[in-house]
Amino acid sequence: MRPMTQLDLIRNFSIVAHIDHGKSTLADRLIQSTGTVADRDMKAQMLDSMDIERERGITIKANTVRIEYPAKDGKTYVLNLIDTPGHVDFAYEVSRSMRAVEGSLLVVDASQGVEAQTLANVYQAIDAGHEIVPVLNKIDLPAAEPDRVKEQIEDVIGIDASGAIPISAKSGLGIPDVLEAIVTRLPAPKGDRDAPLKAMLVDSWYDSYLGVVVMIRVMDGVVRKGDRIKMMQTGAVYGIDKLAVLKPQMVDIAELGPGEIGVLTASIKQVRDTRVGDTVTHERKGCAAPLPGFKPAQPVVFCGLFPVDANDFEALRDAIEKLTLNDASFSSEMETSAALGFGFRCGFLGLLHLEVIRDRLEREYDLDLITTAPSVVFHLHMRDGEVRELHNPADMPDLTYVDHIEEPRIKATIMVPDAYLGDVLKLCQDRRGIQMDLTYAGSRAMVVYDLPLAEVVFDFYDRLKSVTKGYASFDYQIMGYREDFLVKMSILVNDEPVDALSTMVHRDRAEARGRAMVEKLKELIPRHMFKIPIQAAIGARVIARETLSAMRKDVTAKCYGGDATRKKKLLEKQKAGKKKMRQFGKVEIPQTAFINALKMDG
Amino acid sequence: MEDWQHGGFGLYLHWPFCASKCPYCDFNSHVATDIDQNRWNRAYLSEIDRIGQQTQGRVLNTVFFGGGTPSLMDPELVHSILERIRSTWRLANDLEITLEANPGSVEAGRFRGYSDAGVNRISMGVQALNDADLRRLGRLHTVAEARSAFDIARSVFDRVNFDLIYARQDQTLAAWKAELAEALAMAIDHFSLYQLTIEDGTAFGARHAAGRLRGLPEDDLSADMYLITQDICESAGLPAYEVSNHARAGFESRHNLIYWRAGDYAGIGPGAHGRLTLGGKRWATDTPKSPLGWLAQVEKTGNGESLRDQIDPRGRAIEYLMMGLRLREGLDMDRYADLGGTALDPEILAQLHDIGMTETEGHHLRATRNGRAVLNAVIRELMP
Ligand SMILES: Nc1nc2c(ncn2[C@@H]2O[C@H](COP(=O)(O)OP(=O)(O)O)[C@@H](O)[C@H]2O)c(=O)[nH]1
Ligand SMILES: C[S@@+](CC[C@H](N)C(=O)[O-])C[C@H]1O[C@@H](n2cnc3c(N)ncnc32)[C@H](O)[C@@H]1O
Ligand code: SF4
Ligand SMILES: [Mg+2]
Repeated sequence: MRPMTQLDLIRNFSIVAHIDHGKSTLADRLIQSTGTVADRDMKAQMLDSMDIERERGITIKANTVRIEYPAKDGKTYVLNLIDTPGHVDFAYEVSRSMRAVEGSLLVVDASQGVEAQTLANVYQAIDAGHEIVPVLNKIDLPAAEPDRVKEQIEDVIGIDASGAIPISAKSGLGIPDVLEAIVTRLPAPKGDRDAPLKAMLVDSWYDSYLGVVVMIRVMDGVVRKGDRIKMMQTGAVYGIDKLAVLKPQMVDIAELGPGEIGVLTASIKQVRDTRVGDTVTHERKGCAAPLPGFKPAQPVVFCGLFPVDANDFEALRDAIEKLTLNDASFSSEMETSAALGFGFRCGFLGLLHLEVIRDRLEREYDLDLITTAPSVVFHLHMRDGEVRELHNPADMPDLTYVDHIEEPRIKATIMVPDAYLGDVLKLCQDRRGIQMDLTYAGSRAMVVYDLPLAEVVFDFYDRLKSVTKGYASFDYQIMGYREDFLVKMSILVNDEPVDALSTMVHRDRAEARGRAMVEKLKELIPRHMFKIPIQAAIGARVIARETLSAMRKDVTAKCYGGDATRKKKLLEKQKAGKKKMRQFGKVEIPQTAFINALKMDG
Repeated sequence: MEDWQHGGFGLYLHWPFCASKCPYCDFNSHVATDIDQNRWNRAYLSEIDRIGQQTQGRVLNTVFFGGGTPSLMDPELVHSILERIRSTWRLANDLEITLEANPGSVEAGRFRGYSDAGVNRISMGVQALNDADLRRLGRLHTVAEARSAFDIARSVFDRVNFDLIYARQDQTLAAWKAELAEALAMAIDHFSLYQLTIEDGTAFGARHAAGRLRGLPEDDLSADMYLITQDICESAGLPAYEVSNHARAGFESRHNLIYWRAGDYAGIGPGAHGRLTLGGKRWATDTPKSPLGWLAQVEKTGNGESLRDQIDPRGRAIEYLMMGLRLREGLDMDRYADLGGTALDPEILAQLHDIGMTETEGHHLRATRNGRAVLNAVIRELMP
């Protein structure tokens, strides 16, 4: 591959969009129409490489592709596209990827208009100082209203949309205009090739063949294969084994200069040894001042992961270790539960992240897991002035030592058609929300709420989707901690406390929550041969109670010689099912109950 | 003494044909015309010879002609089979020979012939004592026909059993009590009362899955029906000696007791299962379900079996547990421990006693009245 490219022939950009507005499809078209990937190798959602990404149609990891584009001015440009995740859980990925590029295509579905994630992501692009080119996608749809959406972009986002490009990523209509706009309207990167090497560590991941792969964006200077480099934050020094660009598969390159984006490998053992946002320079004659760097992503949602079969504990430990190698934003510590045995308390960036990790553990490592209800990190201000983090409600200390409890709050932005506004307000109100703003853009309302994260991590998004028939969009950012009257609610089944069902709740909501939970558990726990009291309690005080009545009939009417084999098989299967349940005293609780018990229907 | 001898040795013969297929029935039964009974005769005899050789020297306690509808067999066929049986095994003095009959008029005409052939017990599928319900169950006969067939059977045989199916669609507790009173008045010394079971692969099963089988009793009602049946029959002198079988003392179905006491039984005919202890090992046998498939296999290979699987100690213990606890007499815990190599878990036993599901007497364990109503749950607890 030929050496580095002249700065004015480079354009680095990302695409920001609400989920399903066509970001991945547009990326596919750009890749395809420039012949970056031969048609026969082209698959849909080219940049989403994980199974989960393809299956769910979401982007989790930022991905990069280098496209060569012969423009109308006769010159061939190098376009580096970073495809970023759209989901709020991965907002940190978006923000750091944005710093590696100079411009963004803002893709808005012309039949839907601006949504909550459009806003969240475009503001990140604006914060990163990007030039923004609005693109109106899906104009092939009869419901497309490009003019209305243009207006909306101007009203809601406040950027000039007069030059918005109408396209259909699906049919390919307008794609040449997009490519041309990237070249003519987005700025070329700046940089000094004679200055000492200064590159931003944009991302890193683990590849089973290559080990840790580091993605960099060169700001100043030139980096070559074989160079000794230094990570300025960690101080670690490595020799570059491989230098490449992504097209989107790796293609070796001799050197990368200012404005260029590429990847390197350098016998780095773990993803943890790299720090996203770190500055990469040469070991000798390095640059003087590092780049500002990023805050590391903090897990905000915690839950317990336990093997269904206690014998799988070691396998789970191995699997978690392997995944943490690849995902520095995921944390874990060992946990013992009276109810569930040995497992791990894991921290995630959000619920989607949680689901993705659990999915990967179950699929890629063939594990059967029990997931406990997600909880947030509470700050316990102790009487002696100490501040403790509470990751697991079961660990709540005796209240006499606690002065007060603080919980994380978020600023939630929800966009919703008028017709559903009332339901959304009610939902937010029910979740202890405080309204901060309510504005209209056309027939859509935008509401901003201050909400406790604890009320959102669980099933808020599902509820929001269901009350708005899927028409609402939602995004949030963490605002900080605030005190509230929070208590630990325990659940007792057959008079035995079930630690994995303990939750932190607001005192004023405890009764309602408790009632909903015991009712739910009554449905989720199968009948036993005896009746089972199910109670919710705060301390020693029972606040809700249900009784699961005893099973009265379960007997096979006919069982003769010819039935023995079949009935035996059936009983063995049921017995195996029983073994998958967790035993509390004499009661068996199905694994699904641990998470479903918390789902609120109202 | 080998373990199976606790239960005895019986022979089950399956006749796979019926005049029509009942919508609830998942037995291996088929509607066919042109049945060449001579051909069937040869196949049954050949199978009797084969099994006879493997079980030489045994005393045969029971024979059971099951179906399908064995009362569609020609009496000559039954005669020929029983002849061969008599010349193959030594026979118990109290050899019990049962034949299942449908209560249609055609069948009733053959009763004398069966009796002459050696059949000494009839089991009749009466199913319901009102015509509307008989129709809903897809039965071809009326109550009047059933009663008259029953009376003919009584006049020919000493021992006549009949079956009823209850917990039917839209059946109330009061209606069942009234019907049960009539049944008790009819009963001689044995009847079987089965709660309607919705089986996969039947017409009812499909209707149920599609949500179109209405009026089935909820769990609580079927529990009430079951328990009240136990009480009423008990005080009428026909206590349940097994989950669904009632008899005066001494008139239990000896053939079926072999199943529940985990004895040995040979299974002959399409889809007939067997359990045989040979050379110190216990085998589960099976045969092709398709009537013509079985017939062809016997004719071609001289062996109607499609499977002979060894049952390991754990499997033997589970079968004994599952079958034995169905009986009021319960199971022998020492025998159970010998079979599987491990005793029942004393802690679980103690829990089950505590909640009133089981009781012990010496080394006998049995399910209580309430325990028998949830027997599957009791068994799941005790299973190794
Ligand atoms: N009709 C139409 N559908 C499109 C267009 N672009 C994308 N889609 C469809 O919209 C859905 C979401 O697209 P995708 O690229 O996965 O969105 P992303 O979530 O933003 O990456 C997919 O079903 C696409 O096929 C378009 O221009 N017209
Ligand atoms: C082999 S079957 C019947 C023999 C004979 N063909 C008849 O129908 O009269 C034995 C008995 O099982 C019972 N039975 C069959 N299917 C049943 C079901 N799904 N639920 C409850 N009892 C059933 C019926 O009472 C039937 O009489
Ligand atoms: S219930 Fe009896 S008659 Fe009806 S199909 Fe089954 S075996 Fe045949
Ligand atoms: Mg996508």
